[in-house]
Amino acid sequence: MKHFDVLVIGGGHAGTEAAHASARIGAQTALVTMSRDGIGVMSCNPAIGGLGKGHLVREIDALDGVMGRVADLAGIQFRLLNRKKGPAVQGPRTQADRKIYQESMLAETEKRENLDIVVGEVIDFLMKGDDVAGVLLADGTEISAKRVILTTGTFLRGIIHIGDVSYSGGRMGDKASVKLAERIDSFELPLGRLKTGTPPRLDGRTIKWDLLESQAGDDDPALFSFLSKGVSARQVSCGMTYTNERTHDIIRENLEKSAMYGGHIDGIGPRYCPSIEDKIVRFGEKDSHLVFLEPESLSDNIVYPNGISTSLPETVQESYVRSIFGLEDVKILQPGYAIEYDFIDPRVLDSTLALPTVGDLYLAGQINGTTGYEEAAAQGLVAGFNAALSALGRDPVHFSRSESYIGVMIDDLTTRGVTEPYRMFTSRAEFRLSLRADNADQRLTPMVKALGAVSDLRASAFDAKMDRLAKGYALIEGETFTPKQAQTAGIELSQDGTRRTAYQILAFPKVEFQDLFRLLPMLETLDMETQRQLAREATYANYISRQQRDIDRIARDEAHKIPASFEYQPLDGLSNELKAKLQVVRPSTLAQAGRVDGMTPAALALLLSKIKQFEKKTA
Amino acid sequence: METIFALASAQGRAGVSVIRLSGPGAKAVVSKFVSNLPKDRVAGLRTLADEQGEPLDQALVLRFDAPHSFTGEDVVELHLHGSIAVIQSVLRVLGDSGSARLAEPGEFTRRALENGKMDLAQVEGLADLIESETEAQRKQALRVVSGHLGALVEQWRSSLIRAAALIEATIDFVDEDVPVDVSPEVRELLSVVKSDLIREIAGSKVAERIRVGFEVAIVGAPNAGKSTLLNAMAGRDAAITSEIAGTTRDVIEVRMDLNGLPVTVLDTAGLRDGKDAVEVIGISRALDRASQADLRIFLADDDEALPLQQEVDDIRVTPKSDLSGKGVSGKTGQGVSELLTQVQKVLENRSSNAGLATHERHRIAMQSTLQVLDVVLPLVDAGPEQYDIAAEELRSAIRSLEALVGRIDVENLLDEIFSSFCLGK
Repeated sequence: MKHFDVLVIGGGHAGTEAAHASARIGAQTALVTMSRDGIGVMSCNPAIGGLGKGHLVREIDALDGVMGRVADLAGIQFRLLNRKKGPAVQGPRTQADRKIYQESMLAETEKRENLDIVVGEVIDFLMKGDDVAGVLLADGTEISAKRVILTTGTFLRGIIHIGDVSYSGGRMGDKASVKLAERIDSFELPLGRLKTGTPPRLDGRTIKWDLLESQAGDDDPALFSFLSKGVSARQVSCGMTYTNERTHDIIRENLEKSAMYGGHIDGIGPRYCPSIEDKIVRFGEKDSHLVFLEPESLSDNIVYPNGISTSLPETVQESYVRSIFGLEDVKILQPGYAIEYDFIDPRVLDSTLALPTVGDLYLAGQINGTTGYEEAAAQGLVAGFNAALSALGRDPVHFSRSESYIGVMIDDLTTRGVTEPYRMFTSRAEFRLSLRADNADQRLTPMVKALGAVSDLRASAFDAKMDRLAKGYALIEGETFTPKQAQTAGIELSQDGTRRTAYQILAFPKVEFQDLFRLLPMLETLDMETQRQLAREATYANYISRQQRDIDRIARDEAHKIPASFEYQPLDGLSNELKAKLQVVRPSTLAQAGRVDGMTPAALALLLSKIKQFEKKTA
Repeated sequence: METIFALASAQGRAGVSVIRLSGPGAKAVVSKFVSNLPKDRVAGLRTLADEQGEPLDQALVLRFDAPHSFTGEDVVELHLHGSIAVIQSVLRVLGDSGSARLAEPGEFTRRALENGKMDLAQVEGLADLIESETEAQRKQALRVVSGHLGALVEQWRSSLIRAAALIEATIDFVDEDVPVDVSPEVRELLSVVKSDLIREIAGSKVAERIRVGFEVAIVGAPNAGKSTLLNAMAGRDAAITSEIAGTTRDVIEVRMDLNGLPVTVLDTAGLRDGKDAVEVIGISRALDRASQADLRIFLADDDEALPLQQEVDDIRVTPKSDLSGKGVSGKTGQGVSELLTQVQKVLENRSSNAGLATHERHRIAMQSTLQVLDVVLPLVDAGPEQYDIAAEELRSAIRSLEALVGRIDVENLLDEIFSSFCLGK
């Protein structure tokens, strides 16, 4: 029997990132996928990044993950969202060529050391008591592994709906894979049901592009990877068109034929990504909705009409799509559909994404109730690192809310759970001003360096950048100036007599980096990127020092670990409701416990005392 | 580590009340209000004066240097005269000093635990503490919701959610169908909250009562013996501190100190159908004043209809007990002491129920929210390029107001965004 330290089931975005992360740690890793071509498939819209999501990709890259580099290779239209707003809320996004993405991801995976791709269908876990010890494949092969990461997306009771037609969308229909689902059921994990939808795919050759508005990418593309130097694929524009009254009439007339409105679907869909049926029902006063026409690949003609996902029958899809300007003669290549699936309530997971109730099993991606490639990949990275560290007998890594969007997401999932497919937004990060896409490497690369999970290339590029930045800081903070001196250099400050460093002067809203040159000519010798980074950091310098108190408080509470075997039921002084919530979430630190709904400072003090008591008893 | 303070003894009137400060700034903060701090572990009698030099109280000041203190940090205890007005003013000057903040429930205990100053047997007692604090918090929340602040707080909450949601929508959904310029609505929402806050801070009701005193109105028919009763009340257990003729010809105000509680007793015009125009006006003013008072003493016979609605805690007694044999008599003094005790009990209960600390917390919350709103508004005017900063400031305004409006988290903002805008391209 083959043996691995870590085995990853599923080759999607969570699975690939998990497998790479595990291999980078140095664990012997297997990625089990149904087919080699399934690795890195973008099953929904052909885009990576965006607000919050772009931050996640930058963080994945800072941790030496693969998504950022592959997205840069596959990007065919880069846009930095919120370019005119402050750096904290700027999010890089790209249209990605589906084929290039898939091929590049496969190539990266094949060349990764310590990582084997195993093509096969997992039909059951191998169990050792209550612990998972490996997998059984459909062909009878058994593979043992110290840790297993399950990243099977919508596989649990996945059902695809098109109008009143529905069929099993996962592998549930197959006799063999029923067994894996039954095995997961036997773990008695709390489940919920979600749904999501896709639009019909269009034949680009039948779209009247010349009549439509188009949206080009940025002239100065913002890439994802800190290692990428430029775009690689040919750049294209997206088309834009709008639904109209006739489109809405067609949809309204056929509403009861929609799987969603015909009562075939119970799952909860994402509010930020409603189907066109939902848009028309809930926002009836709007007589037009924007549709982006996004090319899926440079090498085929498939177009993804973003904004009109649907579960109406095929014939209705055709008539409403053809009612849209520029799409009168369009040919549908594949109808839109809704998919319903079970997810596992992520509150049962610990902060390493392991299941405390089933030994050595980790869950990552859509199965935890999230949506989006970036959210999946980021979880894969967390599970991959931790499964590998655990298999090798090393300490886990923890991602804090105060240090990364990844930390925000893991904490949201494991503490608050989900009520709709979870997507990252910048507004979820309370330390948004310090968790920027531009400083993801400064925040996180030291972490992978400490883990020894970083390539030499990245490590040396990072060290060089930090050297340049340190020199920049030494220069810009090295000397102080009076408001008079600033005025002589053409910078108007209030004449309060306060001496300020050039960095403090740069923190004023109207001051640009170039304005400092007359004050401190040496600054001109800094390279452009260092200049830009100093300017970004100065923008928020005052706010970040203000937030430090909150960050310190979180760090203090995170230092108080709660033992996995800690019991909440016998605690006097806590309400039963609160005990029940704590029992579900099983916070791993006092900081996490503090975020459980209904927790008070006083109850937290009690909890701390009981934890200390418990540790003393068990010590 | 921040320096914190709180009333360490029971709420309300007492012989002695203790305010405790803990943290690195404890000694510095107290030094602002006393001329020289006693040595470590030595008690000293000091005059506590506010920053204008206005004396607040004679206090016994105790100092415990770290680590030999209850929390393991520098601790200073102020043993004050147990008057509600004194405690209120000391809490206020400490809060306004800017170098210390009111402690969260359980925070002293938490620090003691962190610093290894509590043995685990002591910790057993914590459970009871938590239970009572939970109960107190529940009551406090109810009080805000049902009190005069209730409706306002609801409005503030929804305005802040809406304003923050509008700004967040333009940040997180910039490439979707949301309005680009949300500033007029945000400005409008925040301006209303701002003017409400200014008004509330100015007229913060219970604090005002404790400072200027409660009003107690004596209400009854002409010749029921109201004035005689007032004189008896003033002359016996209470000291007259001033006597002012009312603004109307028939309202007499007498200020007295009822066991440490400042009280103004109003002797209103006899309530009857007025004969002349002037008396009619006098009577209607008397009715107004009496209904606005904190407490009413109705002098009325059992079968007599009352001229005003009798509210909870209002006292009804039979007048002229010297004649009827029951009730109260100003003339003989019968029942006056009992009546005073009853009035005192009601008012004390009211002032301590309002929770000085709770109240002070609300005042501080409103004050600091107001300061942040003054920063947010110009940022909103500066346009979308400053929205990242505006959002941050607004977030901190919302956090300041948490004590009143409850926690507002990102889910509330997202709910508002998704119900207002059609998102999802």
